[in-house]
Amino acid sequence: MTITVDGINKRFGQFQALNNVSLNIPEGKLTALLGPSGSGKTTLLRIIAGLESADSGRVAFSGKDVTKLHVRDRNIGFVFQHYALFRHMTVAQNIAFGLESLPRKQRPPKAEIQKRVSELLDMIQLPHLAQRFPAQLSGGQKQRVALARSIATRPKILLLDEPFGALDAKVRKDLRRWLRNLHDEFHFTSIFVTHDQEEALELSDQVVVMSQGNVEQVNEPTELYARPDSRFVFDFLGQVNVLSGEVKHGSLNQGNARVTLPGIQHQGSAQLYLRPHEVRLATGPAEHANLPLRIEAVSLIGSEVRVELRPEGWASEGSDNIWEVGISHAEFNNQRPTRGDLRYAVPEVGHLFTGKDTQPVTVSWAESESLPRVRLIN
Amino acid sequence: MNASQSSRHRRVGDSPAIKWLLIVTAVAVAIALLIMPLLVIFVEALGAGWGTLADNLTDQYTLHAIGLTLFVAALTVPLNLVFGTALAWLVTRFRFPGRKLLITLIDIPFAVSPVVAGLLYLLLYGRNGWVGSWLADYDMQLMFSWPGIVMVTVFVTCPFVARELIPLMQQQGSEEEEAGVVLGASGWRIFRTITLPNIKWALIYGVVLTNARAVGEFGAVSVVSGNIRGQTNTLPLHVELLYQDYNIVGAFASASLLAGIAVFTLAVKGFVEWRQTRTLNRLQTEETA
Repeated sequence: MTITVDGINKRFGQFQALNNVSLNIPEGKLTALLGPSGSGKTTLLRIIAGLESADSGRVAFSGKDVTKLHVRDRNIGFVFQHYALFRHMTVAQNIAFGLESLPRKQRPPKAEIQKRVSELLDMIQLPHLAQRFPAQLSGGQKQRVALARSIATRPKILLLDEPFGALDAKVRKDLRRWLRNLHDEFHFTSIFVTHDQEEALELSDQVVVMSQGNVEQVNEPTELYARPDSRFVFDFLGQVNVLSGEVKHGSLNQGNARVTLPGIQHQGSAQLYLRPHEVRLATGPAEHANLPLRIEAVSLIGSEVRVELRPEGWASEGSDNIWEVGISHAEFNNQRPTRGDLRYAVPEVGHLFTGKDTQPVTVSWAESESLPRVRLIN
Repeated sequence: MNASQSSRHRRVGDSPAIKWLLIVTAVAVAIALLIMPLLVIFVEALGAGWGTLADNLTDQYTLHAIGLTLFVAALTVPLNLVFGTALAWLVTRFRFPGRKLLITLIDIPFAVSPVVAGLLYLLLYGRNGWVGSWLADYDMQLMFSWPGIVMVTVFVTCPFVARELIPLMQQQGSEEEEAGVVLGASGWRIFRTITLPNIKWALIYGVVLTNARAVGEFGAVSVVSGNIRGQTNTLPLHVELLYQDYNIVGAFASASLLAGIAVFTLAVKGFVEWRQTRTLNRLQTEETA
């Protein structure tokens, strides 16, 4: 089932929660609604579910207008952020609730409901907890029960509101993988809301980035990360280093920072956005860039070594005036960067924003510096 | 625990002298103001033996007062059960202008003296009142008969159920009900299988309090009932009437009945509270196990 959202507006008092939002959610895909709190992502999900009504606009499932259809009759699965398990019912009763709520004519016989419940319990690997009450379960177990409950009636659409928001990191990772497998097995059309960009990029087939009630960009995770349309998406998706300055004669300057911009005709103010992996650290300035920085902190945890640096004689924009650069462990072992050392950032690829609402221009210095090196790209 | 240990663990305001002074004061006040009067009621009621007590209680006017009191409670409790639940549902599940005001208005019966409430009803629904004179044209009399007693009792006791439910339902939120409706349940099924079990004990607690107050209400009822013996005399009014007749033993016999209801109510209330904490504790211990 495809989901079409067309010109949705929603206002809460003075607050415009959704501003003329239109979207196409492809069939069988896992779509993430990503955005900071207050961006309208949960409101949009609840409108698609029918738990909230839009002020204007329409929602259609596979072309059929469901705007006026009651949530009860939409036959969707919905997973709530705080699970919303029925606290006085056992796990088995929770899972059976949807089946037992079916109109008498469609309702399967008792034995069949029981069979279906035990199948679902096996699927979520909790058959031994069938007679427990929700208060006796851990967060991860609760979320799995909530998932089983929501798909018991075999809905075609599965909507999840921050499904892993309240779980700790380890459980979250397991459940994420498990949800992905579940989705691939049952071919739902799924939408999940998250404010965690890593979760969105890792789990979904398509990401919808939202901000202040608007859709900022829709794309596949890899494309989205490689080619953000706006400053907002750039900022929101992962760490970014910004050099803001004046472009004069093909060179961006601010204080004693300078980067030449091959092939750029623009004159005037501009911002250069650089991902941590698009920058290298050298002990001296490069021909095309002079970006002196002093090392503030070195973090060895993870597949990459994360180096935090503070600009020397110029200022970065946002992020507490800190630049972040990722280097490989091998490189770390060679260079041994330590706190207080002076280093020069050497950009390899960058994204230049000029003017207010323009898309960025990708700038590459790959030819100008030819120091082949082995590194991990994340 | 020895002295040095306890002194090391002592906190501000934790000195044994103050502690015992407070305990003794509290116990003394409780005995003087609560336990002694209660004992006196039973001692006086039984002073002339069980036989006299039985005679007094089976007096025809007393029996009528008991019957009327139970009748009024039997009407008031279900009315306020439905009203309180609906009101709590309204103010916790919907957002509308004036919602905060409504929550404040629920408390009016607590804030207003019952006698004043009785007078207002008399002015409004009495034979010369705005509504009452109109009703009188149709030969309907509310004041100085049982409908008036029920009306003021409903008024005086209406906050109890809603007051118990509102904080609980606010805290529980509406997510479970939303989950129910997404799963296709009808409104009635949601109320019966999700909402009601969640608020069950608070509801029972509210009913117990409503019942206790409905049975014991004096001020408002005395204004609107007219104290007609054998017709509009409830048990609390009957106690006063007997006392004014210098029938002390009879007054205490009826009073002991009211006190008995109060003690029974306390026992039920205690049981309900014990049930709630026990369920909570059981869940917590099983969770940590």
